[in-house]
Amino acid sequence: MRSLVKKWVVGATVLLGLAFAQNVTITYWQYEFKSKVEAVDELIKRFQAANPGIKVVHQTFPYDAYQQKVASAVPAGQGPDVVNLYYGWLPTWVKAGYLQPLPDSLAKTVDSDFISMVQAAKVNGKLYGVPTAVRSLALFYNKDLFKAAGISAPPKTWGEFVEVGKKLTLKQGDRYTQIGYGIAPDGQDHHLVREVLLRQLGGRPYSDDVKKVTYNTPEGVKALTMYTDWVKQAGIGVPNFFPGNNGYRDGFIAGKIGMIIDGSFAIGTISSGAKFNWGVAELPTERPGARKANFGSFWLHGLTPQATGEKREAAIKFLQFLTSEETQRYWLEKVGELPARKSLIKDPKLSLNPIYGPFVLSLAYAKATPFVDETAQRKVMVDAINRVLLQNANPADSLKQAAAEEQKVLDDFWK
Amino acid sequence: MRLSLARREALWAFAFLLIPLVFFLFIRIWPAFQALWLSLYEWNADPAKRTYVGLEHYRQMLDDKLLRKALLNTLCYTLIGVPLQMVLGLAVALLLNVVERWRDFFRAVYFAPYITPAVAVAWVFSWMLSANFGIVNEILRLLGLPAQPFLQSPRQALLTVTVVVVWQNLGFQAVLFLAGLQNIPREYYEAARIDGADSWALFRHITLPLLNPVIVFSAVIGTIGFLQLFTQVVNLNFTDQGGPLSSTLTLALYIYQQAFGRFELGYAAAITVLLFMIILLITLVQLRLLSRRVEY
Repeated sequence: MRSLVKKWVVGATVLLGLAFAQNVTITYWQYEFKSKVEAVDELIKRFQAANPGIKVVHQTFPYDAYQQKVASAVPAGQGPDVVNLYYGWLPTWVKAGYLQPLPDSLAKTVDSDFISMVQAAKVNGKLYGVPTAVRSLALFYNKDLFKAAGISAPPKTWGEFVEVGKKLTLKQGDRYTQIGYGIAPDGQDHHLVREVLLRQLGGRPYSDDVKKVTYNTPEGVKALTMYTDWVKQAGIGVPNFFPGNNGYRDGFIAGKIGMIIDGSFAIGTISSGAKFNWGVAELPTERPGARKANFGSFWLHGLTPQATGEKREAAIKFLQFLTSEETQRYWLEKVGELPARKSLIKDPKLSLNPIYGPFVLSLAYAKATPFVDETAQRKVMVDAINRVLLQNANPADSLKQAAAEEQKVLDDFWK
Repeated sequence: MRLSLARREALWAFAFLLIPLVFFLFIRIWPAFQALWLSLYEWNADPAKRTYVGLEHYRQMLDDKLLRKALLNTLCYTLIGVPLQMVLGLAVALLLNVVERWRDFFRAVYFAPYITPAVAVAWVFSWMLSANFGIVNEILRLLGLPAQPFLQSPRQALLTVTVVVVWQNLGFQAVLFLAGLQNIPREYYEAARIDGADSWALFRHITLPLLNPVIVFSAVIGTIGFLQLFTQVVNLNFTDQGGPLSSTLTLALYIYQQAFGRFELGYAAAITVLLFMIILLITLVQLRLLSRRVEY
């Protein structure tokens, strides 16, 4: 009797399963950031309306706990199918088996339609993620402080930058009350040295295959010297002027810092916080008309090994939707991040916008550092800067040590 | 068969002890063994792809400069922090023991930092210690002393973090010692005084020996706490965690970075095993040394 009931139940379940074969639930994870969470909620609504068989569950975690959650959930089979991650984490995640390669069709789309920086989403020639938006760096400046100091326009060269910085720096005894440049080695500045100053001076950070560190050259020493001299010679800033995470940005918003170099992702925070007139300019160059360089980065959406069979198909559909032109346009309006597709970047309305414009123009020459281990590589550059700033080390010695340390990180990854 | 009352009581006691025992076995002991097992493998999200590497991770530790730095820092924190917080805690407790009025008020005030979230404490301190806006440097200036970089200086950062942690633990230490002090019968002091002992002799020959159990407990708990130091270090220097220049890096933080910054969970597990061995060893030595029977 009992076995008969069991048969019935099993049979009914199979039938039901066939009837609703199109019903798939996939999970999307990202870290907690208000405007992004709202945007994804809205996008999921639109996606589900267009794909009635697919349900997307959206979960978010605080930034500090995000990687920890992913690290423990995916091996336990309880994590996301589609996951949002920083491009610098990609090689580490791929190596530890947290991502699966994407189909060739998506790789072709990335090659033809996305800006070249997105190539950093490939590991060993295979594509592991696609971004909705990209970011670049620019100079944010406080127009009111500029006016008060009698400066009419943002600096075009690093020489002007230092002069402007000096005028904006105010001291009372040994104490700074206002600084010209919000220096932050552990903020965006380690990128500034590696990807901006070094390349502007004609150097390059890594070999094409990313297996060799190539910044231990006269250009590299010059870049590090130039940067650290802003503190040591010109005195236009002090590290940790404002304490805390993102102190350089907080100090700028508080009106105590004249200029900061920050990413387009900071636009939202600054426009809602700053109670003064501010502007954005492309990064200065060495001489007028000299070579330009910028650091570009992005968050991308990848597939975990959990997405298999029907789930994988649904997840790929969702991925395509998340990175479509339509979504990217919505993302720009809602989140304020720049679209990753070439076609949208070319829109003159965007490049003429006084705030977005400088970032969009920078994208044309921005490069994303090909990190293999972002945590370790960031530390190498931050330490190289800090040895000079805090321990009075010679920039050449400090850079030499950094190159050796980073070479070991690369060797360990590729071995 | 009828059991005696004592037996039945004992059986009930075992039954109730069994519940936490199961909990400890599965939630605490079992994962510890898993960590040991994990330390022998190269991590992969897919269990089938975890490769056995034997003692490779332990060999890797030998030429890991950052690990050595973290180890050294952790020992420095413990060697400075534990005696400091015990001496200060005892001093506060001795004073609290003397005052009759307002005792509860003082006790509450000293205890408050202990229950304040470490993240909030770290945030407030990073402002108080700021070179340009901090009240600490303001006070130094008023005293005619030069301003100090504190958390920004690779030389001062470790000591600064230690002091913040000690400040936060002080209330707990004081309450612990105060409880110990109040358990010492007054008659001992009175008798000794009649025999002509001075205050130092009272402290040396009555207070200290009778506080021995509390001292052992405080030393062991304090040491374990400092060996596992994490939250304050992370939050006092948020973006360059363990910095500047790794001067505040601890073993616990390094384990976290290896595991969740670099997904090297096998290596992280190996360092966890190392930390476990260190804590075990130090605790055993402390228990052996400190809980010697004292001759009164």
